Amino acid sequence: MSRAFPYPLLTAGLLLMWLLLTSFSLGQFLLGAVVAAAASRAMAALQPSKPRLRRWQLIPHLLGIVTLDILRSNAAVFGIIVQGRRRERSSGFVAIPLDLRDRTGLAVLSCIVTSTPGTAWIEYAPESGVLLIHVLDLVDKDEWVALIKNRYEAPLMEIFE
Amino acid sequence: MTHASDLPTWAAVLTALLVLIGAGLTLAGAIGTLRFGSFYERVHAPTLGTSWGTGAIALASIVFFSALGSRVVVHELLIAFFITVTTPVTLMLLVRAAIYRDRTEGTADVPARSALKPSGGNIAPGSDGAG
Repeated sequence: MSRAFPYPLLTAGLLLMWLLLTSFSLGQFLLGAVVAAAASRAMAALQPSKPRLRRWQLIPHLLGIVTLDILRSNAAVFGIIVQGRRRERSSGFVAIPLDLRDRTGLAVLSCIVTSTPGTAWIEYAPESGVLLIHVLDLVDKDEWVALIKNRYEAPLMEIFE
Repeated sequence: MTHASDLPTWAAVLTALLVLIGAGLTLAGAIGTLRFGSFYERVHAPTLGTSWGTGAIALASIVFFSALGSRVVVHELLIAFFITVTTPVTLMLLVRAAIYRDRTEGTADVPARSALKPSGGNIAPGSDGAG
């Protein structure tokens, strides 16, 4: 089983993508399954680290939070751009000490931080676990540290560690 | 093949609204890229286009083709997914090049690499893996 499908999630994901791009029919299912199985065996040659999902039940909840947050910050950054220089605003860097060490978790966190307008992932120091982000509308640094840690890091640690 | 005139009114209104939102956000992102002062501020603006700019247009496409074809068309979700997953790669590449140059030249006001060392009581050096 594990030799035939070394990465079951990847295989399932590829098959789902194949079906979405073509159509949901038996023929496409079989063809997609062959392609997905072959592709994930090719992936095994690269030996990527296998992510462990400890509590996948939290994923939809996190996805909902992130979608809403991104929507909200879209509106905020839209407002900043439209207002132009009429409003006092200062941007700056915030250093956040992270406890999350799982590589997949960090990759997901980088997607969240990057996809949210108003925050940009600048640099991560693996030896100390400190993440540097740039915030467009910076008022209180501690507020941002608490936000990232409580809102995103805590659920990610529960899911991946 | 069906035509756009067969589209029910509610779907047409919803599609138009979503396309307008998506296009408006992407346009605002482009204007912001021009307006903001520093490089690090400028990288924020295009994010409007890669998040809900793309998202709203993908949703509009889902509504339009699902209402026309009487079956759910969701492959647009793949576009949104892959844009979200690949944006950090280009962003990090650009930003790390910029911050490397700024630190080397010592011109812009960027935190030094040593600022990322653990300091204060936030994390103890030996606390790795405790969580």
